[in-house]
Amino acid sequence: MINASLKELAGLLAAKKVSSVELTQTFLQRIAQLNPSLNAFISVNADKSLAQAQAADALIAAGKNGPLTGIPVAQKDIFCAEGWLSTCGSKMLHNFVAPYDAHVIEQFNRAGAVNLGKTNMDEFAMGSSNETSYFGQVKNPWDVGAVPGGSSGGSAAAVAARLAPAATGTDTGGSIRQPAALTGITGIKPTYGVVSRYGMIAFASSLDQGGPMAKSAEDCALLLSAMAGFDPRDSTSLDRPAEDYARDLDKPLAGLRIGLPREFFAEGMADDVRAAVDAALAEYRRAGAVTVEVSLPNSGLSVPAYYVIAPAEASSNLSRFDGVRYGHRAPDYADLFDMYCKSRAQGFGAEVKRRILIGTYVLSHGYYDAYYLQAQKIRRLIAEDFAQAFRHCDIIMGPTAPGVAFAVGAKSDDPVAMYLSDIYTIAVNLAGLPGMSIPCGFGAGGLPVGLQLIGNYFDEARMLNVAHRYQQATDWHQRMPEELI
Amino acid sequence: MSLNLTDVKRIAHLARIEVSEGELPGYLQQLTSILGLVEEMQAVDTTGIAPMAHAQDLMLRLRDDVVTETDRRAAFQAVAPQVEAGLYLVPKVIE
Repeated sequence: MINASLKELAGLLAAKKVSSVELTQTFLQRIAQLNPSLNAFISVNADKSLAQAQAADALIAAGKNGPLTGIPVAQKDIFCAEGWLSTCGSKMLHNFVAPYDAHVIEQFNRAGAVNLGKTNMDEFAMGSSNETSYFGQVKNPWDVGAVPGGSSGGSAAAVAARLAPAATGTDTGGSIRQPAALTGITGIKPTYGVVSRYGMIAFASSLDQGGPMAKSAEDCALLLSAMAGFDPRDSTSLDRPAEDYARDLDKPLAGLRIGLPREFFAEGMADDVRAAVDAALAEYRRAGAVTVEVSLPNSGLSVPAYYVIAPAEASSNLSRFDGVRYGHRAPDYADLFDMYCKSRAQGFGAEVKRRILIGTYVLSHGYYDAYYLQAQKIRRLIAEDFAQAFRHCDIIMGPTAPGVAFAVGAKSDDPVAMYLSDIYTIAVNLAGLPGMSIPCGFGAGGLPVGLQLIGNYFDEARMLNVAHRYQQATDWHQRMPEELI
Repeated sequence: MSLNLTDVKRIAHLARIEVSEGELPGYLQQLTSILGLVEEMQAVDTTGIAPMAHAQDLMLRLRDDVVTETDRRAAFQAVAPQVEAGLYLVPKVIE
């Protein structure tokens, strides 16, 4: 059951072969058993989860079930869920019980799904290794000495270790795709504006997008259909007709033009990653796709531009954490100004503080033009590179990450080295395009390798199809660490 | 653009984050390193390029000027550090 697809689980529930309560208990037991060593979850609340499971069982009995009714889904702790501790991986919110539901949580509630618990993450979504969480690092289920990636490391580890059949993540510079790659699972970041950011604690508002993480593209299609949708409470939410993202899953691939950016296949990619990605591309050619070289000439500027834009937006978004209305307030202070400064110094971890300081600097008087405005112009150049590339291909592919999962502590002393983990994913967020990672093999140390798919705006259904056909011909996505079976 | 310790102090003040004297050199080193990464984009000629705020070049939506929010003060204040009579308590600000 822990390896069953969401479709299979829905079938078992509909046929009453298992109840949602039993299914939820199965995963809660696995969490109790394995979470102490993986630290994938920050909060678990069996009573709340089982109450939802009971409600789901009633819907199933009444014949009112949909594809996600009764299915347990782990929620990244960046989503406010009413009555649940919602910490964003930070001491600043370590005591914050959300008084409302994020839109994404409401969508899952409407679908009759069960909230399985809140997953661990890099603090305020800033990180690529899940080492910055106030609640401790998450371990990669494939090698507990290695990182699971970040910032959605807890969700990735939960799915990879089969502690949850599905999870949500968020992606600002690669935080769904990179942990999916490092843990051998499937994740998709939709086009900017497709999933509402209401109730999703903000990091960089022009880049943040929520998305599903699961064992397969087929599962992700189901989850994305539930998560997506117009929400007037998010000013950047797009008002478009609802989509069934699974509608094109089985389309044949013959004639598909796959663009390979020459900049993504230059040096910087580890040999084992290159071998697995090349093998995946060969598989696609066997299925009738053709590959064509494209170029994204400004992609080398994406990391510098991102590390101006994202910290700038973060410095603005995180100014709300001042100890006044919620979250950590310093126990001692001399006056109001001191209360702000101490609450924030105590509540935020080192990486978050670094990014707030950089962001404050680049937005400050005298530097705005040189840094922030310049970065926004570079952003347009990067988006135009993709538009140009998509004239010659239907989908773009390359490695998701430059290497397999690195050792815990290997990059945590050098912020810039850590930032370069996102070298292939960041441009996608800057352009607002949809991006996906699927497992395509293993590299050094038996660690997973991810293949990144980048689609044109609103092309998620095709991307999921392209991923699904590959997953029908291969079984990388079905592997799990043997010791955890 | 190279930073010095005074810059770091000033930025920390703007950001309302207390940074002790002992912490300043560490921050200076890390921020300098990050700005080094960022320098690469300074050399690029972007004359005539319009800045891009986000992908869809969205226009801010307008809505009807009617009250739609409900009073959820009690729920929101349940998580507040210090409240009294529906007000958030903070140290006095003396003019």
